[in-house]
Amino acid sequence: MENKMKNIARVAVFVVAGAFALYGITRGEVAVVFSKAVNICLECIGLG
Amino acid sequence: MGKIKQSIKRKIFQIAAFGFSNAHLMNFKGGRIYKGKWKDFCSPGLNCYSCPAASFSCPIGALQAVNGSMEFNFSFYVTGLLLAFGVIFGRGICGWFCPFGLFQELLHKIPVPKFKLWKGFLYLKYIILVVFVFILPIAVTNFMGMGKPAFCQFICPAGTLEGGIPLLSTHSELRQTIGSLFSLKMFILIVTIACCIFIYRFFCKALCPLGAIYGIMNKVSIYHLEIDKDKCVDCGKCQNICKMEVNPVDKPNSAECIRCGECVHACPKNALYLGFNLSSKKTAQTQKTAPVQNKGKI
Repeated sequence: MENKMKNIARVAVFVVAGAFALYGITRGEVAVVFSKAVNICLECIGLG
Repeated sequence: MGKIKQSIKRKIFQIAAFGFSNAHLMNFKGGRIYKGKWKDFCSPGLNCYSCPAASFSCPIGALQAVNGSMEFNFSFYVTGLLLAFGVIFGRGICGWFCPFGLFQELLHKIPVPKFKLWKGFLYLKYIILVVFVFILPIAVTNFMGMGKPAFCQFICPAGTLEGGIPLLSTHSELRQTIGSLFSLKMFILIVTIACCIFIYRFFCKALCPLGAIYGIMNKVSIYHLEIDKDKCVDCGKCQNICKMEVNPVDKPNSAECIRCGECVHACPKNALYLGFNLSSKKTAQTQKTAPVQNKGKI
């Protein structure tokens, strides 16, 4: 029974994860991530 | 023998993951950072995207970047990726794929007296996750509505080590801007390194917000630990060998377990199982061992 509940939780989290990622991609979050990652992040290195 | 094999297998994975996450080693020479399309994706482990060699984005840096951006207040994209990584591997990511985890393990090999972490510190990473990764980037914004990546800015020793030191050593113009913030970050880096020498994976246990997320996911992750209570003789060997200070018998899916598998190989009764789809493996093993046990009785 406990395993069944865990499996349901796993599937639910996986579906939510996929939905979140797709929604984030469609609204343009990837561009924000990319622009931050390809420029030197001054805050990240302790200068910002 | 089994234990040696397990630790070597894990080290090979860790080194491969380190290399895969930091494939652009030649960038160290000129202090450049990789600008290709792979930076759209986040690595599962903590790896600063300002590191010249980094192939992917840092998930915690990316989370803060979107949370604190002008356009968005919450990153569905990065949260979705982390939930997916977490539900598959849980803190297996920390144990097998995280480059900063490997760095800490190597530091801990320095032969000095070792200590245990005071349990209260284990909760600090959850506070850091909520305050520095979510609240501060979203709530503290400038006149343009942009928040700062507070964890990267004030805490992350991985950023100082992988990004700060290499970039400052190759960019003289950046060195002129060094101030009290960099001193604070260097201080945190030195304290973290010192603590990691004495305490196994101090940063993972006490400070890492990524470890906090994956730790919560440990409860449901597909890659998990199971105990067969019928076989367990409560010898305590699994608890004694665990460097993350977990008791696998009581809490096989503890938020602190990094799925290193040392306990599985320490168990004299083969009562612990680590992997995917364990129920079928457990059944198969029980069927395999049953005739042998019967033979012994005869």
